[in-house]
Amino acid sequence: MAKNKFKLKHHINYIGVGLFLVITSVMMFMGVLNRSTANLITQIAYSIILAVSLNLVVGFLGELSLGHAGFMCVGSYLGCFFAKYMFAFTDSKLLVLIVSMLVGGLVAAVFGFIIGLPALRLKGDYLAIVTLAFGEIVRTIFKNLDTFGGALGLSTKKYGSELFIIALIVVLIMLFVMQNLIRSKHGRAITAIRDNEIAARAMGINVTFYKLLVFVVSAFFAGIAGVIYGHYATPVLYSFFSYNYSIEILVMVVLGGMGSITGSIIAATLITYINFVLTTNLSGDLAALKFLIYAIILIAMIIFNNAPALNPVKERLGDYKNKVLNKITGLLIKKKYDPSQVVDDHAAWHRIPSKIKMDALLSLDITDKNNQNGGDKK
Amino acid sequence: MSTLIDGLSLGSIYALIALGYTMVYGIAKMLNFAHGDVIMVGAYAILSTIALLGSPIAAIVVAILVCTVLGIFIEKLAYKPLRGASPLAVLITAIGVSYFLQSVAQLIYGAKSQPVTIGNFGSVAVGDTKISLAAIITLAAGAVIMSALTLFIKKTKMGRAMLAVSEDRGAAQLMGINVNKVITVTFAIGSALAAFASTFYLMQIPSTSPTLGAMPGIKAFTAAVIGGIGSIPGAMIGGMLLGIIEKISLSIPVLAPYTTALEFSLLILILLVKPTGLLGKLKREKV
Amino acid sequence: MSEIMLETKNLGISFGGLKAVDNVNISVKKGQLYGLIGPNGAGKTTLFNLLTGVYKPTSGSFYLDGEELTEKSQEQINHKGIARTFQNIRLFNNMSVIRNVMVGLHNQPEFKCNPFVSMFRLPGHFSSEKKMREKAKELLRIFDLEEERNNLACNLPYGKQRKLEIARALATNPKLLLLDEPAAGMNPNETAELMDIIRFVREKFDMTILLIEHDMKLVAGICEEVTVLNFGTELASGETSEVLNNPKVITAYLGDDEE
Repeated sequence: MAKNKFKLKHHINYIGVGLFLVITSVMMFMGVLNRSTANLITQIAYSIILAVSLNLVVGFLGELSLGHAGFMCVGSYLGCFFAKYMFAFTDSKLLVLIVSMLVGGLVAAVFGFIIGLPALRLKGDYLAIVTLAFGEIVRTIFKNLDTFGGALGLSTKKYGSELFIIALIVVLIMLFVMQNLIRSKHGRAITAIRDNEIAARAMGINVTFYKLLVFVVSAFFAGIAGVIYGHYATPVLYSFFSYNYSIEILVMVVLGGMGSITGSIIAATLITYINFVLTTNLSGDLAALKFLIYAIILIAMIIFNNAPALNPVKERLGDYKNKVLNKITGLLIKKKYDPSQVVDDHAAWHRIPSKIKMDALLSLDITDKNNQNGGDKK
Repeated sequence: MSTLIDGLSLGSIYALIALGYTMVYGIAKMLNFAHGDVIMVGAYAILSTIALLGSPIAAIVVAILVCTVLGIFIEKLAYKPLRGASPLAVLITAIGVSYFLQSVAQLIYGAKSQPVTIGNFGSVAVGDTKISLAAIITLAAGAVIMSALTLFIKKTKMGRAMLAVSEDRGAAQLMGINVNKVITVTFAIGSALAAFASTFYLMQIPSTSPTLGAMPGIKAFTAAVIGGIGSIPGAMIGGMLLGIIEKISLSIPVLAPYTTALEFSLLILILLVKPTGLLGKLKREKV
Repeated sequence: MSEIMLETKNLGISFGGLKAVDNVNISVKKGQLYGLIGPNGAGKTTLFNLLTGVYKPTSGSFYLDGEELTEKSQEQINHKGIARTFQNIRLFNNMSVIRNVMVGLHNQPEFKCNPFVSMFRLPGHFSSEKKMREKAKELLRIFDLEEERNNLACNLPYGKQRKLEIARALATNPKLLLLDEPAAGMNPNETAELMDIIRFVREKFDMTILLIEHDMKLVAGICEEVTVLNFGTELASGETSEVLNNPKVITAYLGDDEE
């Protein structure tokens, strides 16, 4: 079924990123793309990789990771360390980049596995703190290891500004892997764990395996993003991968919508761009404005999406959105927009209120039943 | 010996901060990420009041007022709308609040750290080691606050209501306890404690910056976890232990640069091996 | 000669000093509809939690089709053939109805497909997905939920949520189905329909069913045997009509009602 019908929704991300890639590459070969724009695109690319991979943990598995920058850090250092030695044997920057991305990704994946282990026993706040602690531990260690340049950072040969092309291709590959994973039975198992871990276990879902899988895959891509960063911004410096950076990635995920890959892509692009504009125009203490914006995004988005009191408003907005989408898709492909098809990806996350309502109903009915039983007996 | 004393005085600060964490966590069941930043706000309140009025005592009173009001505000505006939402949502909002406070402080006061002098306390000599008086005062204050809190929770109606809410929010509500009010009061007390923490922090480390609360906040949370989250004496013990461990690690040259890593590893280890900490209670998830 | 599907031997668990379930010996024959009743707090759901590995028993053991499952994990127990529903419905609320059932189908050998195959859409991915979808639709059709298959589970009306939970449990292809108060919150019509469904499931899937229920009409109507639990211990076991007329059982229930 899914095989035959072309669904715009399923391909929109590839189309968007692909078009962006084609347009920017053409611009570069025509010589109308300046260096700073190329750098910005590289930044956008690795931000997208980071945001989507974090979304896998936060939006799909439903656990908060505050150490995503830590995985990036490990990948960045190890990948670039490897690149440094590889340059002794080959001059091909592209080859070195590709191999070091794999190395960085794999090493980060190993760390993802290690951090996934606590995730098996811990949940929620505690797991968040563990990931935060992990990020700080990694940073402290790299700061002090002279092999990796210590406080001076690790430098490797800088890749030219055409790095953004490779970076965007990596984004496409990552999207392919992530979306396939999420839209498969394995993705269903992961979202099932998010929605109700106890029920997932009772359905025979191997929760251990899937939690580890999510952490490994997520860390793998964070590591790759780290290597891209390393080739773009050498030297790799421990201070970049701070807790603040993990939060920045989280802001992208929250802004784009937890559980929405398209959202993460758009938000990562937006935040990176805002960041770029702010850092080039603001200096000194005004730089705090950036964090103020982050703070407001986090608070406003979460309250809007989760506050039980706002539900009626959201329902109305949702109806409106569906109407508009119906019109647009109707115009585009002459096919009725079916909101139910969006179900998994859009994931109106944690709709606790309806559950509360239901629990209330349940308790009412049970007391009712018991009374009836008593009556029957008598 | 002097390392131990240093550790205890640092630990006393951690303990004070941890008290606020553990209280809010125990009753509202949320990790108030912004607690450390409330302490930072308290420190700036002290800085400004001293600059305006010149009186440290007035400054402390103002700090307590500011922090308490701030705590209530945060709870009403950011956390209360999310009552009943997933813990993940609440945690992310708390992070947002933490960022909000830090960035506003930086916009107003600048990122640079500024000196604040609450008073000159000097030190007492015991044998050949000197103990700073500020540390002793902090320790004593910690003990007093801890006992006062314990008494408050055991003896007053509000305190018992808090206990009930921490045990079972739903049941407490059915018993006619105003859960919202209890949680607001918890935040008020937790934030007042934060103001005390700012005071004693500044007594020992007399300078403030927008990120003052961030690291001590996370470390104090570590301390609260070590002691057993939700347990008031646990927070004290955990704080002391962490302070001592930090100072010992800093005094050993090989370990010194890795001190933060060591502390956080300890946190992970404790969460894995004994998530209930030294004095915490086990909670079973209902199926 | 009917064989035994589920057997518990002196099964028990205590929390702290409290014996929530104590020395329970029940045996459910293959193809039987077996009821588990008792006042609130008697340990019925706890017994279910023991049988599905949520809690590990502190004493005794239990066997499914002759195989001991006492120390197995929840996942393993499900693989061995015990599936359940929950008293306080636990659906995957933010997933569509059909996906809920597909999660149930996850471990069926015919849909095997490792994550790498899925990640790169290698051969096998699409066929396995398609087969799963068809199978899930089939199950939903039985429970009259096919129309709603693309709705979010949390938007289903209450009675349908209960049905979906049963469909999802059946999707794991169990030998023994544990139903925890399937009729709770249903109106009399829905309950009557549910009774039909339970009977139908037993016939069609050749299923052994153990159910907890407060609705005595339902229990008397479909269960061949029942066990009454009170304060964690067995009060009575045997044929339904006999047990329900047992004076001890009546006292236990009425006593509970007066409180």
